[in-house]
This record gives sequence, C-alpha cells and structure tokens, in this order.
Amino acid sequence: MHRFANPARFLRIAAVVLPWSAAATALFLGAGLYYALIASPGDYQQGESVRIMYIHVPTAWMGMFCYTAVAVSSAVALIWKHPLADLIAKASSPVGAAFTFICLVTGALWGKPMWGTWWVWDARLTSMLILLFLYFGHMALINAFDDPTRGAKAAAILALAGFINVPIIKFSVDWWNTLHQPASVVKMGGPAIDPSMLVPLLLMAAGCKAYYILVLILRVRAEIAGAKIRTIRLMQVHGRNAA
Amino acid sequence: MSSFIHMGGYAGYVWPAYGVAVVVMAGLLVASLLGSRARERELKVLQELRPHRTRRGGDATKATEEATRADA
Repeated sequence: MHRFANPARFLRIAAVVLPWSAAATALFLGAGLYYALIASPGDYQQGESVRIMYIHVPTAWMGMFCYTAVAVSSAVALIWKHPLADLIAKASSPVGAAFTFICLVTGALWGKPMWGTWWVWDARLTSMLILLFLYFGHMALINAFDDPTRGAKAAAILALAGFINVPIIKFSVDWWNTLHQPASVVKMGGPAIDPSMLVPLLLMAAGCKAYYILVLILRVRAEIAGAKIRTIRLMQVHGRNAA
Repeated sequence: MSSFIHMGGYAGYVWPAYGVAVVVMAGLLVASLLGSRARERELKVLQELRPHRTRRGGDATKATEEATRADA
C-alpha cells in the first residue's frame, strides 16, 4: 500500500490504468445495455418493467460499495495518515451519491407499476435514503472548513460512524418485514435468478465498477493537482509576507 | 422497433429510469474530466511561472527569496 503513497507514483499508475478503465466501462456497459434492453426476456409477472432491474440493482450495489471505499480510506487516513487516503475518500463520495440517487429514482419508477406506490418507508428504502444523506453530509463536511485537513478529518469520522448503515441495508430485508423483496443474488445457496437475467445484471455491475475506477482516477488527479496548487499559492503568500 | 420503445406498456417507467442513469453518470464523468483538465492546466501555468527548488529537496528560503525579489 505504501507504494501508492507517493502521489507521483500514483499518477504514473493511474495514467496506465485510465485507458483500460475507460475501455472496460464502455465495453461492459455497452454489452450490459444490449443484454438488458434487447437480448434478455421479460419477466413472467413483471413484463418489460423488469428491465429497470438492470439499472436499479447494480447502482444499489455500487452505492454500498462506494460507501465502503469511503469508510475504508477514511479509516486509513485517520489511523496511518496516508496522504492519498483522504483524497480517495473525497473523490469517491460524489460517485457513490450519484449511484445511490439513481438507485432510489429507478426504484421508485419500478415500484409505481409493480407495487402501486412510488415510495414506502420500509427498512430497505429508508436505509438507502439515509445512505444518500450520509453521502451529502460527508461531502458537505469536507468543504465546510477553511483548512482542508480539518474537513477531511471530520468527514472521515462521519464516514466511519455511518458505516453501520451498509450491513443494515444488506440485511434489512431479512431483519424486518419489508415491501422490498428479499435477496435473489447474493444469498446463501447462490443466486435464485435465471442466467438469462443474471448475465446482463453482472455485465452492468462490472461496467459500473469500471466506471467508478475511471471517475475515481479523474477526480483524484484533480485533487492531487489542487493540493499542489494550494502549496504553490501558500508559498507565494508566504514569500510576499517575508519581504 | 415500436414494441421495443413501447416496453410492454411500461415505457413511461423504463425509459425515464435508463434516462436518469445515463444523464447522471455521463454528467458526473464529464464534470470530473473537465475539472481534472482545468486543475492540471492551472497547475501547469503556476509551475511555469516559478522555479521549484523546494520540490527537489532544495532550500525553501531560496525559493521565497526569489519570490520576494520577483514581486518587488
């Protein structure tokens, strides 16, 4: 892990990974969309509305995955003061928030025809909404202080405190009576979903993962440049004051 | 083709769902790309305006001396 501590080294590795992640994103999302919209069957009960699943489920997974990334990098930042960890947490948060937002909206669009309601305050939906608010709180805290280090620290503590929400989301459909259906993919005994539907689901999930890597690299690059700009500007101010 | 767009009667739900996903994900990607390019351009401008002795482990006071002389 310490190999990536040096921003210059990270930038060199990122430069190599970036085109591959861009290609993987295009490839997996392209193939996933083809299977999701065209080369997969409708559901015997839900008809063509089941195709919303191929957006809703991968973005739900990514919402939880990105928050885990934020929490882990926050822990690394707090414990080892790893210079890149704060930047990775800061860069990951908007991506996770975007995925969670998409999940909530597509869920409502799926719920209206299937359940007869846009929203219900059951455990799964409520905990996903809380996840979105945690992301917003995290992003707000980072930017709330003049000193970026203080903002990063406060946000890191929030990220860790909120992490309990991720297993709550996962197990909400088991622990509580929910309108949201129970797990069909990641469960004991393996996936209960037909392969013709599992394939587009996994392709979309892989595409979203590659998309996260792509956007993360872009955002961390911007953060590293921003830190260097701040350093130069501070040196300029210091130089003038020393005159 | 029309049955594809019709989505078995669920078109009003399916297409906005895909639309939201495309708009948000494309928007975030573009914003991140533009932001990254802007910051790196700004950094390049700043780095070309002043030599960076301190970056190679040199004397910090020398860099600030140069900055004050340049500003005077």
